[in-house]
Amino acid sequence: MSRPVAKDARNLALILLFMPFALWILLLIVLPHIGMFVLSLKEKVAPRVYEYGFDNYINFAQEPIYWNTLLRTGTVSLLVTFLALLIGFPVAYYIAKIAGKRTKGALFLLCLIPLWVSDLIRAFGWILLLRETGVISSALQASGIINTPIEMLYNDATVVMGLVYTVVLFMIVPLVSTLDGMNDEMIEAGYNLGGNGFTVLRRIIIPYAMPGIVAGCIVVFMLSAGSYLTPILLGGKNSSWFTEQIYDQFISRYNWESGAAFGFVLLLFTSIVVWLGLKLSGQTLSSTVAKS
Amino acid sequence: MGQSIQQPFLRQSYRLYMVLFFIFLAAPLIAAGLFAFNDSLFPVLPWRGFTLDWFFNDTEPKLGMFHDRRLLRGLYYSFIIACFVSMLSVFVGTCNAFLFVRHDFPAKNFFYILMVLPLVIPGVILGISILAMASNIANSVEKSMGIDLELLRPGIFLVVLGQFSFITTITSLIITARLKKFDDTMEEAAFNLGASKTHVLRTITLPFLRPAMIAGGIVAFLVSFENFNTTLFLVGSEAPLTITMYDRMVKVGSTPVLNAVSFFLMLGSALLALISVLVQRDTKT
Repeated sequence: MSRPVAKDARNLALILLFMPFALWILLLIVLPHIGMFVLSLKEKVAPRVYEYGFDNYINFAQEPIYWNTLLRTGTVSLLVTFLALLIGFPVAYYIAKIAGKRTKGALFLLCLIPLWVSDLIRAFGWILLLRETGVISSALQASGIINTPIEMLYNDATVVMGLVYTVVLFMIVPLVSTLDGMNDEMIEAGYNLGGNGFTVLRRIIIPYAMPGIVAGCIVVFMLSAGSYLTPILLGGKNSSWFTEQIYDQFISRYNWESGAAFGFVLLLFTSIVVWLGLKLSGQTLSSTVAKS
Repeated sequence: MGQSIQQPFLRQSYRLYMVLFFIFLAAPLIAAGLFAFNDSLFPVLPWRGFTLDWFFNDTEPKLGMFHDRRLLRGLYYSFIIACFVSMLSVFVGTCNAFLFVRHDFPAKNFFYILMVLPLVIPGVILGISILAMASNIANSVEKSMGIDLELLRPGIFLVVLGQFSFITTITSLIITARLKKFDDTMEEAAFNLGASKTHVLRTITLPFLRPAMIAGGIVAFLVSFENFNTTLFLVGSEAPLTITMYDRMVKVGSTPVLNAVSFFLMLGSALLALISVLVQRDTKT
């Protein structure tokens, strides 16, 4: 690489490779988001007359329905994240550490199956199981446990369950890959030093798996807060999910300026939550999600 | 393996937990698929016997999916969109892999995070931001030059762009992981034997990457096929399948023809997933 020609060629290759990346990120990610921010600062004062200001954001702050929906979306998503971790961790541990070599791959693939099926179909399946005339209700009636059909859709518990179902895989995958890299001897050493199962889990396994835990939590939280289909289909039209408000502003009311402001609020809100999570756990974005 | 759990009782309950978890995962998919074969006008119990009408029957009220014009059209649009998205995203993903594995440049870490970012931006926001920008450009072009840029109005082109914007992250990650495992001495040997750069790329490096490129393409195809959130905002009159299905679900309610489509899609996904597993296993080095 000492010859100038080779160096030039290498620089040319770098520029050529950088082009598609730059076009993609600039045109489809950075510019649209800047545009959305500018749009959110616009306000219609008369037909075809716009003024710049923070009115869309002030409107958001002054209407309790809006920020209550945002807070609800945030808290429910945190609950979903916590439950996904609670349910997913033992599964990931089993796959990474307990299952034999052959079952391991099969179990991992089995975990991924719902990933290949559309959100819509998964929600549709839950509807068929849980609604008043659904499979579970009729089965319970047929077995004589209940006398009248029960409706299990359109409540918060079902929305949480549906969201956990949709996102739990994104918790399991990073957990399996970090736990896979953990040496079994570390766990044994913990036992040999007199630790019981709980201490070993708390002092050895969890600290080791922390990057995976945080990566899983970030992805799961973002997916849950940004989801649209599951809360609407399982929670009904009044599930008060924030993405629904964005859709409402954009499509139903055709108020793009306010919709853009809402989109930005959601982005900001989720970013702050993720940032707080990183700070509290002492991790960085590059040590977790962007781990190379 | 498994020294950590000695008591047989704990071991059994752990196993039971895993079984319950997989039942939880499978339950809605089984429900969605199974009712495609129930000989009834509604996807509810009791079971009224086996039928294939919801796939092949050509008359109302039991119009099968292969005779339902709107569903077939949705399937066709989904297919076109997914093909474009997977080709584009595999191409850019491959470039990104070379960029981040083979080159060093200032602020590389920052750009890497930028590359991963689209994966965590909510799909709804990707959709509205691209829609807003495209409309903005189309409007100002129309105002200043009087040309209506049909391409930038909601439609297939925008759907492809919207899906491409985050699926490229997925293909980049898959192909980057593979390129990292490449043994540089293989290229060096070829250079020493007098091969040119493009020749080495074509005969050694790209064939090595091929399994990851195929797997990435399949994942991109499937993710594109099942995407809803981003597509919802960018869709024009040519609605892909998920949008058509959602429309049907909201307007008509659940009918077994949706179960038939679900079964068909699950079968297709399973086949594609199987191919990607086989392709990757075949050339494991």
